[in-house]
Amino acid sequence: MKYVNQAIRKVDAMSLVTGKPVYTGDMVPANTLMVKMLRSPHAHALIEEIDTAAALKVPGVVAVFTYKDVPQSRFTTAGQTYPEPSPYDRLILDRRLRCVGDPVALVAAETEAAAAKAVGLIKVKYQVLEPLLDFTQAKDNPILVHPEEDFKALCPVGADNKRNLCSVDCMENGDVEAELATCPVVIERTFYTKANNQAMMEPFVTFSYLDEYGRLTLVSSTQVPFHVRRILSNALEMSKANIRVIKPRIGGGFGAKQSAVSEVYPAFVTMKTGRPACLCFTRQESQANGSPRHQMRVTVRIGADEDGTIRALDVKALSNAGAYGEHGPTTVGLVGTKSISLYGSLKAARFSSEVVYSNTMGAGAYRGYGATQGIFAVESTVNELAAQLGMDPCAIREKNMVRLGQTFAMYYGESCTSCTLDKCMETAKKMIDWENKAPRRVLENGHIRSVGVAMAMQGSGISGVDIGSVEIRLNDDGFYTLLVGCTDMGTGCDTILTQMAADCLDCPMENISVRGVDTDQSPYDCGSYASSTTYVTGMAVVKACAQLREKILAQGAKMLDVPADTAEFDGKRVFVPGTDREVSLSAIGYASFEGHARCISACESHSSPVSPPPMMVGMAEIDLDPETGKIQLVDYVAAVDCGTVVNKNLARVQTEGGIVQGIGMALYEDIQYTKAGRMMNDSFLQYRIPTRLEAGTIRVEFESSYEPSGPFGAKSIGELVINTPAPAILGAIQNATGVAFHTLPVKPEDVVMALRNKAE
Amino acid sequence: MFTAQQYVKAATLEEAWQLNQKRSTTLLAGGCWLRLTRRRVGTLVDLGGLGLDTIEETEGEFSLGAMVTLRQLETSEVLNSAFGGLFKEMTRHIVGVQFRNCATLGGSIAARFGFSDLLCALLALDCEVELFKAGRMPLEQYAKLPADRDILVRIHVKKNGRRPVYQTMRNAETDLPVLAVAASEKDGQVRVVVGARPARAEVVNAPLALAADKAALEAFQAAMQSQLTFAGNMRGSEEYRRHLANVLTGRCLAALQEG
Amino acid sequence: MQVTIQLNGRPYTAEAAPDTQLLHFLRDAGCKSVKCGCETSGCGLCTVHMDGKPVLSCSVLAAQADGHTVTTLEGLQKEAEEFGGFLADQGGEQCGFCSPGFIMSVLAMGKELGADATDQEIREYLEGNLCRCTGYQSQLRAIRAWLAAKEGKAE
Repeated sequence: MKYVNQAIRKVDAMSLVTGKPVYTGDMVPANTLMVKMLRSPHAHALIEEIDTAAALKVPGVVAVFTYKDVPQSRFTTAGQTYPEPSPYDRLILDRRLRCVGDPVALVAAETEAAAAKAVGLIKVKYQVLEPLLDFTQAKDNPILVHPEEDFKALCPVGADNKRNLCSVDCMENGDVEAELATCPVVIERTFYTKANNQAMMEPFVTFSYLDEYGRLTLVSSTQVPFHVRRILSNALEMSKANIRVIKPRIGGGFGAKQSAVSEVYPAFVTMKTGRPACLCFTRQESQANGSPRHQMRVTVRIGADEDGTIRALDVKALSNAGAYGEHGPTTVGLVGTKSISLYGSLKAARFSSEVVYSNTMGAGAYRGYGATQGIFAVESTVNELAAQLGMDPCAIREKNMVRLGQTFAMYYGESCTSCTLDKCMETAKKMIDWENKAPRRVLENGHIRSVGVAMAMQGSGISGVDIGSVEIRLNDDGFYTLLVGCTDMGTGCDTILTQMAADCLDCPMENISVRGVDTDQSPYDCGSYASSTTYVTGMAVVKACAQLREKILAQGAKMLDVPADTAEFDGKRVFVPGTDREVSLSAIGYASFEGHARCISACESHSSPVSPPPMMVGMAEIDLDPETGKIQLVDYVAAVDCGTVVNKNLARVQTEGGIVQGIGMALYEDIQYTKAGRMMNDSFLQYRIPTRLEAGTIRVEFESSYEPSGPFGAKSIGELVINTPAPAILGAIQNATGVAFHTLPVKPEDVVMALRNKAE
Repeated sequence: MFTAQQYVKAATLEEAWQLNQKRSTTLLAGGCWLRLTRRRVGTLVDLGGLGLDTIEETEGEFSLGAMVTLRQLETSEVLNSAFGGLFKEMTRHIVGVQFRNCATLGGSIAARFGFSDLLCALLALDCEVELFKAGRMPLEQYAKLPADRDILVRIHVKKNGRRPVYQTMRNAETDLPVLAVAASEKDGQVRVVVGARPARAEVVNAPLALAADKAALEAFQAAMQSQLTFAGNMRGSEEYRRHLANVLTGRCLAALQEG
Repeated sequence: MQVTIQLNGRPYTAEAAPDTQLLHFLRDAGCKSVKCGCETSGCGLCTVHMDGKPVLSCSVLAAQADGHTVTTLEGLQKEAEEFGGFLADQGGEQCGFCSPGFIMSVLAMGKELGADATDQEIREYLEGNLCRCTGYQSQLRAIRAWLAAKEGKAE
């Protein structure tokens, strides 16, 4: 292997660091209509009257659209494989407004200023309805978020709009109640997490136009171009054949762009006006009406023996879909599957869930996709169990953690085919010097230094659902074109897939040109989400390259006039061993473009029946000032098993970045609503993502297993890495203060007040 | 973002003052905080061409132009060595270097924001503001006045041996403060200023000796708690702020006692 | 009104409204490296140099920049490639959307802080540049390597 498992620069790195115009917003053609939305000031209302006359008079305004103008087919913007588990519950513009910021009208104008001015001149008479803001009261509440008759769920997820239910599920292995009844130690805790925002640096942005064939073309910052094609076809009631979606470079996604948040609006404007149209969300819009993490309440019951053997886990999740159901039924599943499965010692386990609608912003996919909330709850409960039993929190995990060869009963019965979780624990302990630092020490200035630990897992793609395909072509002179349908969002898949192809084809990476996604030209891929790209699309690369090698060999052998099984291909030439007979790849490339030959290309797709989990252990060392409650991360160590590390740089940076997002979730990123349901944290001034001063020092080591079903032994890494900070940091806070917290984020005031209550 | 119909770069203070007598006029200093508003401005009067961006030192005082940037204050060696690093401490948490290269002293003080680090810290020193029409007045007096249409030209800081310290509690390093306390010592007596309560910074009107013991400090804190208003907002409750006021005044006093 | 700035070494004149932000004035001038990431002067994506100092181009009006020298990453391509190489070697650009503003700050920092700057001083200088992808560690590694290489060259 020459490239896989190395630290390779990204193939697009230099254009990014020199500031080249490669993002959606940099490419908007001249003469494009700028689209602005009038958004609802109310969390729950009906539009009684809407008057656009004054807005239409603003110079430069071309059109104003309201609910009266849009197609009447409900759809979902969730980027998922058809049939989507997310209910079809929205219209482009609806008379019923279900959260603050729900679109009321669209203005298209020659300039952004004209559009903004016109938005202010639309007169709306609202029938303000009482909003349903507390998601714990949503089920069977008399206030209905989706009373409409044409609400539709394509999959049997338990959706019932007349009860505010987006989905309901329960799975059990063994008899949990019976097992818990015989456990000498049972603890039950309830946790609350917030609707964290992905806060990718590039807000949602899309522009659209009719191309030279009259087809609707979209350029969009999306993780799911092929799904967007279908979503547009549903929303606009038009044929998929007339839609093309192009994905340029993306300024971060983290799942936010796994929903078509911005796409349908400019597309609708283009179809109505025939003009290019662009919608660029402000940060405020991205924060208040994006597609954040599902707010959840998770209750965990653990049954254990006095010696710390964990015998039963019962996890119950209530998830807030908010106004719309994107990713509601699917995110919640991971709350249970990815948390319970960390423990191999269980005799019984159960996971039950309900996802409810409310009049808060609609949620979506955020890195971790439910696993983050579940792992936070289960790992925090395990930390409390350890404290109650007087055990070291690492020791209790060492005793119970899942091991190689075990079966994940609560994870679709999959086998644990690659796992170094035990080594991760050992390594992380060494890295942070656990033996000396646990649980706490008091510094001279009165601050407390303490450590905390958590384990995590995720999946590698959605088993039996995700599909990735690639096409690789040999060109004249012997260079290759690699066409992929997965979406590099900065994460580097264009690079790692090129690395894999170069190793498979025994050639320098420079010989391979990779191309980002254009649904007219790229082979189908469900998109980059669910930690699927390296594992699923990577395997498609391996398969396609194998096929291509055979074709090259056949063509070379033909040119040498020998049977193919007597020749070999070494990446540069096809030759007959032991002789001087050979033909260069370059010559084969030229020959393949001649009339009497065949062009050489290979297309393969891959889907995996399993989704082997990457694993990790994270440990936090914090400095806590008991007087002010301020917590500063001192050190965070991570030992990660993502199978073979394909690109050492990118895997490391993914890990560091995911951890800092997790730190944000644990300590800083709060979502608060006014009594009327307006989100207060809709800017970077009020929603504090960590700066480099909050991030502290993060150290990462890899404990690679080898996953037999993955390309080069690789598993995923993208999502896994966000899951440990919240439970590890709260574990450290518990070790520092003796107080266990159950609600995120833990802010300095919470620490002070808890210490005060404890003293009283 | 605000909107503006007209932009004028004032050539003289008189011109700026004349223009500013109209209610629709807004003075433009750094523009950083103004940008966060949705104000509909008639005429925007830029004070950037009036040479107010200098830090000048005379025998008895420093004279700081209203257009001096926060970054100038932060990096001024003369100011920081004269006042124990106060000018760095009161600016360094504000957003970031590129923000502090834009935001100005005058903009921060004239706006009299409750969360203003500068207003709180400077109240611990003996400062006078110089207004174009009203002339000089103590900063403490100016801080209590409502906004008017005069122009803040300079701030004069007395070099009288006053030793300041500044402590804030922030939920994140570059966030607005949850609470700010500035304290300074002169002739054995300590002046304490509490800001971001979240109301505007105010000087505590109660005696506190540098040599105060625990009981004396507690008496002072009790006076402070009854004298000043505290309230809750997104960043902290009233109760937490009251708690922090005691913690930070204690720390400020300890820092002054340590010298 | 007409605004003339010295942009990346050349005079540039264009019409600007009284409330046009320098950020949009520059993007309209073709400097697409200047990104807009927020409305609250808090992300650092739009950092450019005005008269040699890093400023937020969202918080400066085009009118205020009239007569001043403005440099964007388009005008510092050689420096961008030089430091950017160190960043790319760490994978520290990831999505790259914050990279231009970040690099503008780093280049300004390089003039103000020496190679002996502590990690904490570097973090503080760059505190106004948010990044959501990388967790900042790789950026620090890149800066350390770049400063060391610069010092090596100077000796």
